[in-house]
Amino acid sequence: MTTSDQPGYRPAAPGSQPPLDAPAYGSTHKRHPKQPPLRIAATLTETSAPRMSAGLYPSHAELAKGPGWEAQGERIIVAGRVLDEDGRPLRGTMVEIWQANAAGRYNHERDRHDAPLDPNFKGEGRIFTDAEGWYRFTTIRPGAYPWRNHHNAWRPVHIHYSVFGAGFAQRLVTQMYFPGDPLLPIDPVFMAIPDAAARDRLVARFDLDIAEPEYALGYRFDIVLRGRAATPMENPA
Amino acid sequence: MTDEPRFGLTATASQTAGPFWHLIDFPAWADLLRADGPNAEVAGERIILTGRITDGDGAPCPDMMVELWQADPAGSYEGAFNGFGRCATDDDGMFRFTTLKPGPVRAAGNAFQAPHVALTLFARGLLHHLVTRLYFAGEALNEQDPVLSAVPPIRRATLIAQPEGAGVWRLDIRLQGERETVFLEV
Ligand SMILES: [Fe+3]
Repeated sequence: MTTSDQPGYRPAAPGSQPPLDAPAYGSTHKRHPKQPPLRIAATLTETSAPRMSAGLYPSHAELAKGPGWEAQGERIIVAGRVLDEDGRPLRGTMVEIWQANAAGRYNHERDRHDAPLDPNFKGEGRIFTDAEGWYRFTTIRPGAYPWRNHHNAWRPVHIHYSVFGAGFAQRLVTQMYFPGDPLLPIDPVFMAIPDAAARDRLVARFDLDIAEPEYALGYRFDIVLRGRAATPMENPA
Repeated sequence: MTDEPRFGLTATASQTAGPFWHLIDFPAWADLLRADGPNAEVAGERIILTGRITDGDGAPCPDMMVELWQADPAGSYEGAFNGFGRCATDDDGMFRFTTLKPGPVRAAGNAFQAPHVALTLFARGLLHHLVTRLYFAGEALNEQDPVLSAVPPIRRATLIAQPEGAGVWRLDIRLQGERETVFLEV
């Protein structure tokens, strides 16, 4: 038996994470491992993380408008804090987003949806959280788009998020949704999360305090990364 | 194992990266030794890590985001070397990183982990990312590595890259089915 001397990260709360095998989401059929994952005690590999900074990975948080260009659509500000499960802010952590344009089309060669491309909307951004864990992007409210999962399948309006953290085991890729979207209860990706409260936390809150008068509406989306376990775990070997 | 008491917040749910994550792909990031990158000045054994990712039908997965996280040649995560890379698989499902060979990483007590890199996979069809490790064939420390030792012997080969020409190491990753790769819950 080997014992780690590194406290790792807390396991997921029951129902709070989607399963890898989600029958209603067709692409999982041939891509989910059939063997259960091997739970390992944390080592330095899992508790350390890449040091990222705007110097190495240039940030840009203005997706809607810049000198000489302006994207089509409804301007919005999405902002929030990155915290861990103990409520501690994660400062200086890299937050990346990517999304479709206002018409529901990605600026991506493999997106064949018959909707207009916007030459002024690239649809990706990157920023580092401040000392209180805040991030903030100005962008365009994306459109819903069709996909081929089943007949008449449409993804709810969403923005993809990629977040690092202070440890490799905190890595998170997720999607932010919009309140009141009628597609949410019939979306196999969103509905794959068993716990309704966990699903609800992926829906941004409309927030007039984040809006900018005469310029853009505001949405608040906080992101919580895994918290550290209190004690090291023993390896089963 | 008992669940620890939970306080405060619950970690945000994962969702698939989908088919269009390439908007945050920067192909240069697959080369950790790129001239304008963070590691241009760091010395060590230059290696290429490559392999094919296939699904339950054995079909290549051409749309994967693969991330790499590793220690420096001295086995440290805190030195000058920034051991992070991101790579898209190509039409044949192949990934390819250029990096420095990591050294043994300290483990519990006075033990060492065998040289390894952590790999993270994101894609359409993966509602949560997958984590695995790449080890190097022929390393004496492989025999006592705490993670490899926890893997049933018959499945260990799925984590061990084989040499393929000078400085090139290959490890294929099978998401599902025969010789399925061992994935880790970290
Ligand atoms: Fe999407």
